Amino acid sequence: MASDATRLDVQTVSGITVARFIDNRILDEAVIQVVGDQMYRLVDDHGLKQIILDFQTVEHLSSAALGKLINMKKKVDASGGKLSMCNLRPELLKIFKVTKLTKVFDIQKSIEKSLKSIKISEILSPSTNQRHMRRLETPSRFSS
Amino acid sequence: MSESMIYSQSFPSDLKESASIQQQILDVWVEHGISEGDLPDLQLALEEGLANAVKHGNQLNPTKLVKVECHLINESVIKVTIEDEGSGFNPDEVPDPTDLENLDKPSGRGIVLMTAFMDEVLYNDRGNQLTFCKRCSINA
Repeated sequence: MASDATRLDVQTVSGITVARFIDNRILDEAVIQVVGDQMYRLVDDHGLKQIILDFQTVEHLSSAALGKLINMKKKVDASGGKLSMCNLRPELLKIFKVTKLTKVFDIQKSIEKSLKSIKISEILSPSTNQRHMRRLETPSRFSS
Repeated sequence: MSESMIYSQSFPSDLKESASIQQQILDVWVEHGISEGDLPDLQLALEEGLANAVKHGNQLNPTKLVKVECHLINESVIKVTIEDEGSGFNPDEVPDPTDLENLDKPSGRGIVLMTAFMDEVLYNDRGNQLTFCKRCSINA
């Protein structure tokens, strides 16, 4: 039976939150509930916006777990952040492909590629662009 | 054709009970030598089928039972039948979760996953009994 024990190993890499799943099968309803709650807390309680979910240990997950991941992405998107996933095994990638959720999620091969994906989206985000524009519009003290 | 029933049980519509039944069936599959390569797919289909029966079929009503049977056919095919006491449904009327407008909905993917990982998935006419089959490798 699932307990409230930590089911995510959360670290910070290059300023971005990396959450690794502890369980190799996210099938049991009780486990899914706890995993979902712990993911949501990263956004709701800790205000984290740039998050990588590392699936290295995960062999299988159910449709209910997919639902939690979709809700997690909605939360991150609503906060103006970016969610990326990485290290999906072939059998897990098949789950995302047959459900066509590869169109919904940013799925990368490695943590490094997820880090790069998030950095790029940060540069391309409208708020970042506006900051760049403001800087450009500010007269430089070196300009003539 | 040889077909032997290797598991049969009825249980109240409760998710904890369902998790316990899943573990029992998993143990039976291991006892019958189902390969480690096939077990995760079977477990996924079993989870989806039982969750649908408990949550959607019997609406989590603990006075309603879910009946699950598992057969081994020709020493190579696992067949699972899951029946609930609900009014049933028409699987053809379930919105396609892979349609663009449904992609961000958090539910409705169980049948798609079962179909992807099993060789055969079918419902009876009433829609309250699911059968799925998978050809498996058996450890000697």
